[in-house]
Amino acid sequence: MNKSNANKTKSGGAGELIVEISNLNKWFGSFHVLKDINLVVGKGERIVICGPSGSGKSTLIRCINKLEEYQEGLIKVDNIPVDDNVKNIAAIRSGKVGMVFQHFNLFPHLKVLDNLTIAQKLVLHRDQNEAKEVAMNYLTRVRIADQANKFPGQLSGGQQQRVAIARSLCMNPQVMLFDEPTSALDPEMISEVLDVMVELAEGGMTMVCVTHEMGFARKVADCICFMDKGQIVEKNTAKKFFEEAQNERTRLFLSQIISH
Amino acid sequence: MVERNYQAENSAFKELPDRQSPIKETSIGYWMRANLFSSFTSLLLTLISLFIIAVVIWGLLDWTVLKATWTGTTQDACDREGACWIFIGEKFLNFIYGYYPQLLYWRINLVVILFTLLIIPVTLKRIALRKRLLYGSLLVFVYPVIGAALILGVPSITCNVSDPHPLCYVPTTKWGGLMMTLILSYVGIVVSIPIGILLALGRMSNMPVIKMLSIIFIEICRGVPLITILFMASVVLPIFLPPGVEFNKLVRALIGIIFFQSAYYAEVVRGGLQAIPKGQHEAADAAGLNYTQKTYYITLPQALKIVIPSIVGTSISLAKDTSLVVIIGLFDVLAIVTTSAADSNWLGFDSEGYVFVAFIFWVFCYSMSRYSYYLERKYGIQKH
Ligand SMILES: Nc1ncnc2c1ncn2[C@@H]1O[C@H](COP(=O)(O)OP(=O)(O)OP(=O)(O)O)[C@@H](O)[C@H]1O
Ligand SMILES: [Mg+2]
Repeated sequence: MNKSNANKTKSGGAGELIVEISNLNKWFGSFHVLKDINLVVGKGERIVICGPSGSGKSTLIRCINKLEEYQEGLIKVDNIPVDDNVKNIAAIRSGKVGMVFQHFNLFPHLKVLDNLTIAQKLVLHRDQNEAKEVAMNYLTRVRIADQANKFPGQLSGGQQQRVAIARSLCMNPQVMLFDEPTSALDPEMISEVLDVMVELAEGGMTMVCVTHEMGFARKVADCICFMDKGQIVEKNTAKKFFEEAQNERTRLFLSQIISH
Repeated sequence: MVERNYQAENSAFKELPDRQSPIKETSIGYWMRANLFSSFTSLLLTLISLFIIAVVIWGLLDWTVLKATWTGTTQDACDREGACWIFIGEKFLNFIYGYYPQLLYWRINLVVILFTLLIIPVTLKRIALRKRLLYGSLLVFVYPVIGAALILGVPSITCNVSDPHPLCYVPTTKWGGLMMTLILSYVGIVVSIPIGILLALGRMSNMPVIKMLSIIFIEICRGVPLITILFMASVVLPIFLPPGVEFNKLVRALIGIIFFQSAYYAEVVRGGLQAIPKGQHEAADAAGLNYTQKTYYITLPQALKIVIPSIVGTSISLAKDTSLVVIIGLFDVLAIVTTSAADSNWLGFDSEGYVFVAFIFWVFCYSMSRYSYYLERKYGIQKH
């Protein structure tokens, strides 16, 4: 019941904002990939972004930690502008925003444990013992502590993605970005990753999640954004999104992904 | 539609135990049939190859062993039927140490022992990686300086022939033989690899000036044969120096070799860096690592692992190319052998000399390639 309270504060706009995206426009050369995007993410809020392939979902969330540059508008993370200032970007990446990728992107030459400790040591300047303790704690949370001394290549896809989630969590981010975290996985491994994400959501983590797992969206999302051709076509609460979507294109998209 | 009935088949199901394949793939007979005599052409080629191998081996064996002379002290002991190995025996120390004073050979031996002591911990798996890296960097950064100092001696003490001071000065003009070859190869390799890595990073950098300079350096050095670079180092370099400054020949050769070799390593390393998926950069960026940290801990180690075989290959080429320094008047092992074969006491034993030099080069180059093979396999299991 805690949870619904939290929901109310932020939907009322009074809650603390972690991510603020205003009038964001981005081009790849002459291709206008993001158009007038406005989105705010409050503390503890879970946002799911869906939409057809090529609609700009990945590009949008990658702008938040400046893996992509943008040309117009402004993104702020915890009131720090995401701009050309190297210090701002360093601040945002080191402990404000964590990211989980479609293809895990673990460091294959480092053991699982070292994958988790390296950035803690280099960026947060934790010592080896502290970093290891934090790492083991999160590995236990994603139920994979027994694999700590293996190399990523020795793990299954689902295990690798859970390691990747733990790796991001080690940096104590205020918001986690997920870019289709389950779409490179074999079907039988999807649920083990989604379970971890649901637990994370229940623990109060702020999340922005690009995914087509509608069951997951229904369960955890405070807000679902449907994107098409570089725009957010519809933004709605999970219940309304599935039951009474306002936009024709949203309904068409839903019917396509839910029908099979 | 035909309606089939699978019931009988399904109820007859029973789990089968593993059986052995009727073909014994491991037997020699099977291997020979599959690889040597599988068809008429294959049989013919096998026979022709066997014949050629027999002729060559017999000829070699005849000359190098059966008809060879092993004992004696002068060339008169040798008939010209087979190899005259006493020539090699008599000149052996010359081949190894050049014209270095015999009473000071221990200094060179000490340098070799030092190398062995440092390289063993680097290659041992049991020792912690941190320590191995420490020994490795000692080998690259400290050892060459100590080695050079030991071989060179103290400049103010001149050597007298009969009873030299243990630390007396032996100028590089007295260096030669295998020792020279190894010095050129070793310094050429360990100095060029770090420079090559920096050049590769420079070439891939976002900073236009650095990128430009790296490209120009790499393309010029790679576009010119080593022999030309050596000529330039010995003829052109002195022009840029203030008059009166005498630049040591060996140093000039080393500079030339390092220019050439680092450009090659740069391209090899760049190939490795380009093979690193974009996701690795993104994951490191997203975790807040800066450029230096990302390069040192994430991308470069992976890239270097991929290019180990090419790095070793390039190093082997260099080891062999060091013989070219003879054109600027340095005596590597090949040059010493050629000179020794012109000694009036030992006229006409070039063949023995060349066989010996070939054997020495082969031993060194082959061990390098075996070591690289071992590294490749060791890192192979960690591939994803
Ligand atoms: N680096 C780039 N250069 C040029 N165009 C790009 C680049 N990255 C993406 N695009 C284009 O931008 C558009 C949006 O890409 P994006 O990856 O954001 O789509 P997406 O919604 O994540 O799709 P998917 O579901 O396939 O992942 C696509 O048309 C893509 O081809
Ligand atoms: Mg995408």
